[in-house]
Order: sequence, then structure tokens, then C-alpha cells
Amino acid sequence: MDVFSDPLNRDVYITGFLWILKLTVAGGAGALVLGVLLAAMRVSPVPVLRGFGTAWVNIFRNTPLTLIIFFCYFGLFSTLGLSLADDIDLNNFWLGVIGVAVYTAAFVCEAIRSGINTVPPGQAEAARAIGMTFLQTLTIVILPQAGRAVIAPLGSILIALCKNTTIVGTIGLMESSSAMKQLINENGDNVIPIFLVFAGTFAIVLIPTGYAFGWLANRLAVKR
Amino acid sequence: MSDEALIVLDKVNKWFGPLHVLNDVSLTVAKGEVVVVIGPSGSGKSTLCRSINRLEPINDGTITFDGQALPAEGRPLARLRSEVGMVFQSFNLFAHKTILQNVMLGPLKVRKEKPAVVRDRAMSLLDRVGIGNQAEKYPAQLSGGQQQRVAIARALAMQPKAMLFDEPTSALDPEMVGEVLEVMTSLAKEGMTMVVVTHEMGFARHAANRVVFMADGQLVESAPPAEFFANPKSDRAKDFLSKILTH
Repeated sequence: MDVFSDPLNRDVYITGFLWILKLTVAGGAGALVLGVLLAAMRVSPVPVLRGFGTAWVNIFRNTPLTLIIFFCYFGLFSTLGLSLADDIDLNNFWLGVIGVAVYTAAFVCEAIRSGINTVPPGQAEAARAIGMTFLQTLTIVILPQAGRAVIAPLGSILIALCKNTTIVGTIGLMESSSAMKQLINENGDNVIPIFLVFAGTFAIVLIPTGYAFGWLANRLAVKR
Repeated sequence: MSDEALIVLDKVNKWFGPLHVLNDVSLTVAKGEVVVVIGPSGSGKSTLCRSINRLEPINDGTITFDGQALPAEGRPLARLRSEVGMVFQSFNLFAHKTILQNVMLGPLKVRKEKPAVVRDRAMSLLDRVGIGNQAEKYPAQLSGGQQQRVAIARALAMQPKAMLFDEPTSALDPEMVGEVLEVMTSLAKEGMTMVVVTHEMGFARHAANRVVFMADGQLVESAPPAEFFANPKSDRAKDFLSKILTH
């Protein structure tokens, strides 16, 4: 374990996981907002919006994340000139956030939509009967109940998202998997310990995350 | 009860696929009138009730409420619905909101009234239906009868011009039917315009101004309760009454 006693190496390790953390938080927030919007579109009475939501889910759910991240870099940035920050790392970070968010939004959308199906139709009828508009019915009555029904699956999606953010390393961000690769390259005699530390860090953070979502799901479940 | 018509259905038709659930139904409900709709299962009485606030769109004919044709959709329809209270067979209280929030939600979000005013009105309505002390509980913590009384309070909180009841006691345990009917009877006595789909013949007898009998999507008979129960004119109604009143 002397690899990590070197402050330079420790710095690589910590910076890598900080990127992962930032990508997860920003990507997760983006995916949640986008996913809820997409789910709202998919249940809306407007055919164009429904079509848009369906197309989004079909395109991004069935495309490898690596390709999407590559597209964000080579397409959005290199070709179309979309620059999101002057700092190269920060630019790659935001491109990664976009890629991860649009990809994960497709899964969030489908989870929320299955949650909407758990809400009895009578709830929407009652809301309409007191004069709520479609949007009010959705945001005040349906989505809060749908969201609580799918906290556990949303937790799984967040965990998957966290691990998926390592793909942003492919466009040059020194997140944890790139950090691991660098440390392994420089310390060929310590491959297994380095690998175990990186993998272990993910597991140590994500296992409690899973339990926390399970606990939340129970606590916030809507009693019927 | 006045002579002024509040709800007018004119030659209303509705099909569910090949099934003709409403067949040329015409019905006028006056302000303050209590109309009880009875009939065998599948006769279209629930559909009739639900078509009045367009929870069930119709295929043909016209429905007017308070002098205006029912809007097809959007905000005008939402506004109309806010003026027509509806009570469902399965209560449909918002499961994630407390009893008090359930009653306050409509006036707050739909009418944008002041919270303090709404809270006072909601509490007095809950007291009136006898659930004031359960205001902070969630629907699942209440009995069916209590939930249905909250549902009535929720509809009344919008200060509706009319109330629709779609089999309000059919999902209740027998010992809870009375408490709900009591609330409905007192509403009727106060002059609320009501359309009630029910199997409670007792309620029809003592609270209704008029009983409407439906069968196979048609409005077969319409008469004051005393007359209808003592002397039904159609064979279909005679047959129906003989089956339910002999027990």
C-alpha cells in the first residue's frame, strides 16, 4: 500500500473520486429534472410531446453511454464548437454531465412512468373533479405519489449513474478510472492493491447508498 | 327547489365500442332538486352521473350546466368541474395528503383562496361531517365511512352549485352506510342540488324529490319517490323493484 502513502498519488486518487462525486451530483440532478419532464411528456395529452418523450427514451436508452460521451466531446465540442468552460477539465466535466444526464434521464423517465402506473386512476379523477388542470393534477397529485413509489429503483439508477461517470475518463477527465490507470502505469508492481482500493471506494460509498434508498422507500411509501 | 333548471341533458348518447351505454337520455335537474338514479348494474347510471362533469365524454347530444354547454376541455372545463362537487364510490382521497390538506387543496390550488380562510372553512366542514378531530391523519388511517365523509367535505369546500354522488355507499361496510347517508340527507335538506346514483332505496324514499329509473342505457321512468315505489309504470321497473324490495 505504499502507493497511497505518496502524497502525489493520494492526490490523484482523491481528485479522481472528487470528479466522480461532482459528476454524480450534477448528472443525477440533471437526469432527475429531465427524467421527470420526459415522464410528464409521455403521459401528456399532447401527441407531439408524447412522441418526443418516447423518441428520447428509445434513442438514449438503447445507445452505449460511451458513444454519447464521445458525441458530446467530438460532436458538441470539437465540431459544433460548444464550449462550456475555459478550463479544459471543467469543459470536459460539463460535457460529461450533459452526456450522463441525457442518457440517465431515459431510465429515470421510465421509472417515474412505472410509478405513475401504481397510482390508482381514481386519484387523477378526483383531482380533475375538483377542477385541477392537467398540469396541476400531474404535479400536485400524481407525481408526488409516483415518485414515492419508485424511490428504490431511482436509487439503483443513481448507483448505476455513479459508476457510469467513469466513462467521462474517455474524453480526458482525470476521474477515478483514469486515475487508477495512471497509478497502475506508474506502479506496475502494485496492480492488485491499487485496483482493490479503487473498487473498494466505490463499494464503500455505494452499498450504504443502496440501503439508504431502501430505507427512504419504506419511510415515504404512500399508505393506501 | 326552484323551477330554474341547473343541469339539462338533451338526447345524450354514448357508446363504449358497440355497447350503447347512454341511449337518448334526456333529464332536467332543477336548482335545489335531489334526483336519485337507480337501476340494475350496467344500466348506464354511473356513466350518466360522470358525464355531467365530463369525466366521461359523450358522443352525441348536449349537456348544459347553469345555462352553459359543457366545455370540451382545458381551463373552461376545469372551471366547470370546480363548480360541480363529485363523490366517488371508492372515495379517492389523495393518499399522500392529510385529511385537512385533502379538503383545502381545491380552494387553495384551483380557486387560489387565502389559506387562513380556506382552513377555517375546511375545519368547519370537517366538524360538520364529524371528522374535525381527525384532521391531521392520512386517509388510510380512517374507516371507509369516515373517508367518504371527508370526500363529501372535500367536494363541499369548493362551494359547488351541485353535487354528484356516484354510488357513494356501495364500497362501505353495512354499519358505515348510515353515517354517510346522514350527511347526504342533511345536504339535501339544505337545498343542495344533488344527483345521486345509489342502491339505497331508503335514501331515495325519504330524501329524493324525484327518482329516475334507468335500464339498458335508457331513462325508463321518472317520478316522485312515493309514486315510483308504490306504483311503477314500466315492466322493467316493476321487475327491478320486485327483486330488491322482497328481501
